[in-house]
Amino acid sequence: MSGAPVAPHRGPVHASPTTSAPADASQAETIFEARGVNLRFGGVHALTDVSFGIRKGELFSIIGPNGAGKTSMVNCISGRYRPTDGKVFFKGRDVTGMTPNHRAALGIGRTFQNLALFGHMTVLDNIMVGRHHLLKNNFLTGPLYWLSGARKEELSHRREVEEIIDFLEIQHVRKATAGTLSYGLRKRVELARAIALKPDLILLDEPMAGMNLEEKEDMARYIVDLNEEFGMTVVMIEHDMGVVMDISHRVMVLEFGKKIAEGAPAEVLANPRVRRAYLGEDDDEEAPAAAAPAHKEVA
Amino acid sequence: MANVSIIPSGDFKTSYGTDTTIFPTTTSRNFAILGVILLLACPAFMDRFWLNMLIQIGYLGIAALGLNILVGFTGQISIGHSAFFGFGAFASAWLNNRWGVPVALAIPLAGVVTTGVGLLFGMPAARLKGLYLAIATLAAQYILQDFFARADWFTGGTNGTIAEALTIFGFSFDTDERYFYVVLVAMVVMYILATNLMRTRDGRALVAVRDHYLSAEIMGINLTKYRTMSFGISAFYAGIGGALYAHYLQFVSVEGFTILFSIQFLGMIIIGGLGSIMGTLMGTAFMVFLPEAMQALTKLVSGTAIDTALNLKDNIAFLREMSIGLVIILFLVFEPDGLAHRWKQIKAYWKLYPFSH
Repeated sequence: MSGAPVAPHRGPVHASPTTSAPADASQAETIFEARGVNLRFGGVHALTDVSFGIRKGELFSIIGPNGAGKTSMVNCISGRYRPTDGKVFFKGRDVTGMTPNHRAALGIGRTFQNLALFGHMTVLDNIMVGRHHLLKNNFLTGPLYWLSGARKEELSHRREVEEIIDFLEIQHVRKATAGTLSYGLRKRVELARAIALKPDLILLDEPMAGMNLEEKEDMARYIVDLNEEFGMTVVMIEHDMGVVMDISHRVMVLEFGKKIAEGAPAEVLANPRVRRAYLGEDDDEEAPAAAAPAHKEVA
Repeated sequence: MANVSIIPSGDFKTSYGTDTTIFPTTTSRNFAILGVILLLACPAFMDRFWLNMLIQIGYLGIAALGLNILVGFTGQISIGHSAFFGFGAFASAWLNNRWGVPVALAIPLAGVVTTGVGLLFGMPAARLKGLYLAIATLAAQYILQDFFARADWFTGGTNGTIAEALTIFGFSFDTDERYFYVVLVAMVVMYILATNLMRTRDGRALVAVRDHYLSAEIMGINLTKYRTMSFGISAFYAGIGGALYAHYLQFVSVEGFTILFSIQFLGMIIIGGLGSIMGTLMGTAFMVFLPEAMQALTKLVSGTAIDTALNLKDNIAFLREMSIGLVIILFLVFEPDGLAHRWKQIKAYWKLYPFSH
């Protein structure tokens, strides 16, 4: 939340979904639902009675101050944490107790806040790991590469992985070891790996953290494309309010593990409680909240 | 420099198939084939001593590859590998002696039986990490060692057991010259299988579990299943290696499969390169030749001024043992990525020679 004006997105890509999408998204079915989720670690209440729904095809952002429970919430969706109380539903099915590895096959993919690539593998192999639940060859048929059809299967998936590589423009680092890449590229490879899962719901934990302006613009563009062209429902945690307000259909605000607001970006932005908790008051000299109006002129 | 591509310029891949071959270039593949052909000719001109060395490299290399899949690729640890090696040896002899299974069939079957044992010990071990896992595998070592000593029906107890020579269609592989080919074929097959495993779904999953288990789980990989499976695969390779060893010596004694032997297996993969298939073979060769080289060295030293000055006398034999430990330490300090990494750097150097950029 620096006071810097939000950069305009380059090119004609930005068709401002802020205005158009919520209308049709509101009629869409709910793909994910949290009902009264509580998460406690000993005496720490990470999440307190959080309920919300994510509609199919939506770009849903979770914002809030540091330590508000955003990542905990995403961990409850991806299965990393199991809520102490409450239930989570995915595609109408109770997945509260389901292990993360089963959720991948069900259609939940994610990226991590701190880089979580397989550092010693090539970029290509990293993305191929994302195909794990879609591939069928195993430790018996895999070694018999040529005889068992494993080769054919691997190559057909390689084809699809290359599409993702093209989409994210990481062709040049295809064969590079993931651990040697720059931060921005690693973030992009992680996104590629999550896309390779072919998820219906993709969770992005601070996809733009630590990126420069240009990288942020590119990433925002990829996320919008994911949502609009690939038809994935996106849940995003992000601190860059310019991006959040710009591309999200709906926003949820957490503070101290509690949900304090949910709705269209403009509504949330106008909510006095959200301003107090996160965005900062108007009378503040630095006026971080002023970033949003400034940005609107640009968009 | 470390990441220099060894693909020559102008060598363009035009299909995904040609981009996923075992050997990155035609030249490297041809060299490997040439190497195997040269090895095929070895019995014609090598004496017993050298053939024995090569056979040892063969069966130890197979077992070490199993350990590398577990330790190098999956990031688990095992200090009980020699026990599985021993189990394979006894299992193959037992299948042949007790049930009359032909040796050619008993060797792979011994691998399968050992896999079962590996999975059994892997199930609890896959739920442990780090030091706890090390201790659990140490327990496997001692449990199996004790089992060898007590299970007369299986191992012949303290007397050990006879293992018949491998015979296929009446042709007996009972000499070094003949057995060499058996080990060579087995080794090439096992190494190709492992290479294929590592470039397909489950091999990648194993590496994913090693590199970042949390995100591996998000990618749909069942951590416990893959860790347990890795123990199974590692035991399979140990079992095959052990069975080949049994039918080579034609006698298996219960004393051979100690923790020291397990540490030697670890030494092989550390020196060769953790997570490298060809490195495993290099490391095994290194560990097999090292004692011989030291033997020769100590022979040179004995009787010279150094010998008398240090008053070594009979202790000179211990130099050999100490040097093995020293070499492992030196590798950990100066080349933790092993011989495989060094080899890559040498190749990169020659590719760019005489320009370093």
